[in-house]
Formats: sequence, C-alpha cells, structure tokens
Amino acid sequence: MAVLAEPTATPAARGNPVLRILGKVSPSAWSLLVILVLWELSVRIGNVPAYMLPAPSQIFQEFIDYGHRLLPNAGVTLFEVLLGFTLSVLISIPLAVLIVYSRPIERMIYPLIVSSQTVPMVAVAPLLLTWFGYGMTPKIVIVILQTFFPIVVNTVMGLNSASREMIYLAKSMGASNWQVFWKFRLPQALPSIFAGLKLATAMSVIGAIVAEFVGANAGLGYVILVAGASFNITRQFAAIILIILIGVVFFAVLEQVEKLAMPWRRIAR
Amino acid sequence: MDVTVAPETTQETHISISGVSKTFQTRNGTVQALQNIDLNIQKGEFVSVLGPSGCGKSTLMMLLSGLDTVSTGRITVGKKHIDKPNPDAGVVFQQDVLLEWRSALQNILIQAEIRKSDMGEATERARQLLKMVSLQDFENAYPKELSGGMRQRVSICRALLHKPPLLLMDEPFGALDAMTRDQLQIDLLRLCSESDMTVFFITHSIAEAIFLSDRVVVMSPRPGRIEKIIDIDLPRPRRLAMREDPRFIEYTRELTDIFKSLGVFREEY
Repeated sequence: MAVLAEPTATPAARGNPVLRILGKVSPSAWSLLVILVLWELSVRIGNVPAYMLPAPSQIFQEFIDYGHRLLPNAGVTLFEVLLGFTLSVLISIPLAVLIVYSRPIERMIYPLIVSSQTVPMVAVAPLLLTWFGYGMTPKIVIVILQTFFPIVVNTVMGLNSASREMIYLAKSMGASNWQVFWKFRLPQALPSIFAGLKLATAMSVIGAIVAEFVGANAGLGYVILVAGASFNITRQFAAIILIILIGVVFFAVLEQVEKLAMPWRRIAR
Repeated sequence: MDVTVAPETTQETHISISGVSKTFQTRNGTVQALQNIDLNIQKGEFVSVLGPSGCGKSTLMMLLSGLDTVSTGRITVGKKHIDKPNPDAGVVFQQDVLLEWRSALQNILIQAEIRKSDMGEATERARQLLKMVSLQDFENAYPKELSGGMRQRVSICRALLHKPPLLLMDEPFGALDAMTRDQLQIDLLRLCSESDMTVFFITHSIAEAIFLSDRVVVMSPRPGRIEKIIDIDLPRPRRLAMREDPRFIEYTRELTDIFKSLGVFREEY
C-alpha cells in the first residue's frame, strides 16, 4: 500500500526533525500499521481462534513456514495476470482504433463489447474450462475478457478527445490521416489510455483468481480453494495478502510507466 | 517598412472569392451561412473581416483554408482553386490548440514535421520567431506553464514557421484580456512586417480591425453578406497612440454607425 502514496511531507512536519522523519513515511503506511496493531490486539484480547480470524503475526508465521509453496503459486498467478494483461492490451488498443476510425465496425462491435461485460466471468469460466482444459489457457482468456473493456472504452474516449480545431489544424498543415493519428490523436489519448490500463490492472488480478477458482491445479486461487477445504484460514489470508501485493505492485509499476510516458503531466500549473 | 508592401504598390490579386454561398443542413432545415460573397484581396494586404456572431465570418475562413467546401461560387488563392485543405496557408484559431505534450519549440516544429521539412533550418527559424515575440526563454516550457497570451503567441509562430504566403486568423485574440490583446496586435504586426504575407483576420472588435488592417470588410448576419468595405488610411508602422488619431476615431464612428443601422447595436433603453 505504501508504494501507492506520493512521497510528500506534510507542512506540519517541516520543523521538528523527529516529525520530519515520521512525515517521510506515507500516510497509508501509517493507517496500515494502525489497522494491523488493532487487529493483532483484538484477536489476542478477544481470544479469537485462528480458524475464525488469525492474527497478523500468525499470518506472518504462515509465510515463513509455507512460503516455499506459496511463492511458486503466486508466480503462476502473476504469470497469468501479466500475460493476460499484455495480450489484452495488444488486442484492445487496435480494436479501439478500429472503432474510432470505422463507423460500421463501431456499430457492429461496440454493442457486443458492452453486452459481453454484463456476463459475470464466473458464469463463463466453466465453459472456457470445457474448451481449453485445466491449464493456463482459460485463465489467460478470462484475464483478457475481464480487462479489455476498460482499455477499449477509455482508449476510444481518448482518441475521440482531440478537439475539432486540433484536427483542423492538422489538416491545414497537410497532415495525412496517419500523421493525424500518430502526432495528434494518440498522444492526446495517452492520459485516457493509462486510466484504462490502471483500471485493467485490478481487473486482471480478479480475472486470474476467478479462473483459478473454477478449475486449476496451481495459483493463489487454487491455494485459497484447497486451504478453505481444510479450514486453513491462516493460509487463505496469506494467499489473499499475496494477491493484494500482486495487484498493488502491478498498479504502482504502471503508474511509474505513466509518469515516464507523460513527463508534461508532472508540471504543476 | 510595411508601407512598401501596401496594396497600392503591388497590384496582384492573391485571393479571389467570387459568388460564394454556403448553406448548412441542420435539424431545423437549411441555414444559409454566407450569401453571394465577392471579395478580392491583394498580395500582402491585411484584411479584417468584422461582424457580429453568426455573420458567417468563421465559415468564410473555413472555406478559404479549404477545411470546408463552398456550396456555390469559387475561391482561388494564388493560382490554386481551393476545394481541399490548402497547406500553403498558416492558420490560427481563437483557441491556441497547442499540443500539451510538446514544449513551445516542439509545438512550432510540428509544422515542419508534418511537412517533412529540413529540421535544422526549421529549428533555427522557430527560435527566431520565438525571439520576435519575446519568448526566447520559454522554448522548453510546456503549454501548461505558459499564460494565455504566451500560448497564443506560440500558436502564431507555429502558423508562420513555413513562411506561408497567406495567414488566416479566426478571432485569435478573442479569448485574451485587453492588455495582452494590445501587445499581441503589435507582435502580429511585427511578424507581418518581415514578409509580404497576406493576412485574413477575423474579429468582432471594431478597434482591433481598424488598428491592424489595410481594409475592413463589414459583414451582416443571417445570412452572412458583405455590407461594406472600408479602406483604412493610417500610416505604418502602427502605434498604440494612433487609436486617439482623429482618423481612427472617424473610422470607429463610421463602423459603429453601420452596425447601428444593421440593428446589431440598439441604444435605446
């Protein structure tokens, strides 16, 4: 969580050196710490059994004891997420370009895209399992299905956000359609495209876990399912934390890429 | 200076607009934006088109730039019949349409990139233009970091990079405050004085039209027609103090009376 926050010091922390050091730690790290402490205390004071709610310390112990099995499974999930996401981007952005540039294609495809989003992935997953087996393929497909919608919609919106005057300007310079796309529309669309990609990061993790739930022999979703069958709540929590970590780190990495891709956005007015 | 390129000395028709009408189809039927426009503009002439909103002056500029096509009539610029975007012209809109992802210098250079001109030469010319409008220290600034007046100056430099024989401007100073506007009018005249470029300038400011132009074309609304053409016989270089010149005041009175007779101004209350 800490990686999400901007490294800004609060104005109050400027004077006192102790406060200044404390201020360097992001506020979300503090809130996380408070939650963990309250959690630990209430489990211990309330004598809550581990099969109901394990304390953070017990979950930490689980990482140490069972990490050698958790990490490879996390690797499987991570691979599904990254490969599915990458393929989704490679499909969605060209698709969005087609939609923007071709009215017939827009009218043919857009309603299908929208209606595809009304079908819950859990309902589709068994079908995909029947077609593609228990391996990696149905997971990748579900990640793609889960993520392409926000990417397509935001890219379409971004590509359409170039103003009429901007297109006039390009045309008045004698720009070809390709130049209008490459030098005007695409850079203009970048902020929206990244908004879509960031939404898709969360969706991709959800997609991978849902797919693993329906049928898998590896991955964090599979770990949760197996641990649940034996009432190992602590292991479930450990797996959930790894899922969160994958999602958050993925999001943070993308945010850094976004900053590098659009240096002009960092300038404050 | 400019006196040498005044229309009287170079009797060469640059722009010829003959019998031009333009109608638009809207939901409420056909709207006639321009009716039977006849206008010849000499090479190197500064012509302002003055009129209230809805008199079709922007439409006329769209037709001149070839971004829109005439319903009837014919437009030629130089020897060229205009029926598609004419990349010989430089175009400036009321919005500066700067590309947020490019620095001031890069924004000017897009003109050269689209035209695939020599970039070394273009960069030199762009720097020279920036200097002429006192923005030499801002070549690396992003548009976000510039004020409205600075942004519009960059957009004028962009329009002039390829030394266009014709500059088309659609209310370029309409969104600026009065003082910035005064400065930009002078900047524009300075830029114009370096070549024998023809300028077609749209405005709804009487004072601006008189101050800048060799001729003022008065248009009346619904449908857009040319009401009157007035020669402005003031010496160049123009100075802000000329706005108190008796001749200037006389032109102002004459133009105001025309708009009163057209019902654009109604004074009784």
